[in-house]
Amino acid sequence: MRRLFPYPLLIVAIALAWLFLAGFSLGQLLLGTAVALLAAQGLAALRPAKPRLRRWDFIPRLVGIVLLDIARSNIAVARVILSGEREKLRSGFVSIPLQLRDPVGLAVLATIVTSTPGTAWIDYSDRGGILLLHVFDLVDEDDWVELIKNRYENLLLEIFE
Amino acid sequence: MSPEQDIPLWLALGVSILALLGAFLTLLGTIGLVRLQSFYQRIHAPTLGTSYGTASIVIASILFFSYVETRPVLHEVLIGIFITATTPVTLMLLGRAALYRDRAEGKDPVLPADEQADAVFPITSSRPHRQ
Repeated sequence: MRRLFPYPLLIVAIALAWLFLAGFSLGQLLLGTAVALLAAQGLAALRPAKPRLRRWDFIPRLVGIVLLDIARSNIAVARVILSGEREKLRSGFVSIPLQLRDPVGLAVLATIVTSTPGTAWIDYSDRGGILLLHVFDLVDEDDWVELIKNRYENLLLEIFE
Repeated sequence: MSPEQDIPLWLALGVSILALLGAFLTLLGTIGLVRLQSFYQRIHAPTLGTSYGTASIVIASILFFSYVETRPVLHEVLIGIFITATTPVTLMLLGRAALYRDRAEGKDPVLPADEQADAVFPITSSRPHRQ
């Protein structure tokens, strides 16, 4: 079973994506599942680190928080671009020491940070676990460290480690 | 009669508002990309289009085509997923390339990340970067 279905979630996701694109029918389900099984074998050959989700129940909360924050950030950045206060805008870099080491958790954090208009993931140092973030409208550096650590990292730690 | 003329007012309004909002956010992102001051500021602007800009247009499309075809049409969700999953790759590539170039030219916008890694906890070192 392990050899045939190395990444069950991935197989389901690819088969579903196939059905969304090709339409729902028995033939497409079989075809999509075949493609998904092949793709999973391909991924298994690459031997990526297997993500281990410890707390499924925290995922909806994380998604809710992130959607809300992205909405706020959209409004904030749109306001700056519209208002023409570009000269007064103080952007800057913030270094954030991260506890999170799980590669999948870091990938999720990168997706969150880059999907938020106000923040951009610039660099990450493996050695010290330091994330270098560029913040569009930087008022207080400590606020951003707190935001990333308390709002996202704690939840990601619960989910992945 | 084409299906476009059949849709009720509330749906037409909702779809129009969402589509226009998405278009507006994307346009604003491109304006920001052109008008902002520095490279690091500019990479923030297009994210308006790749986050809720895309989301609004995707939702508008799902609502409209689900109604017109009288079945749930959800494959647009894949567009949103692919955009969200691929944006970080290019954004980090651009950000790191810019940082590398700036450091190579000797005008480091921040302290080098590796030096900061050796500093004492907590580290919050930054200053407004040059243009």
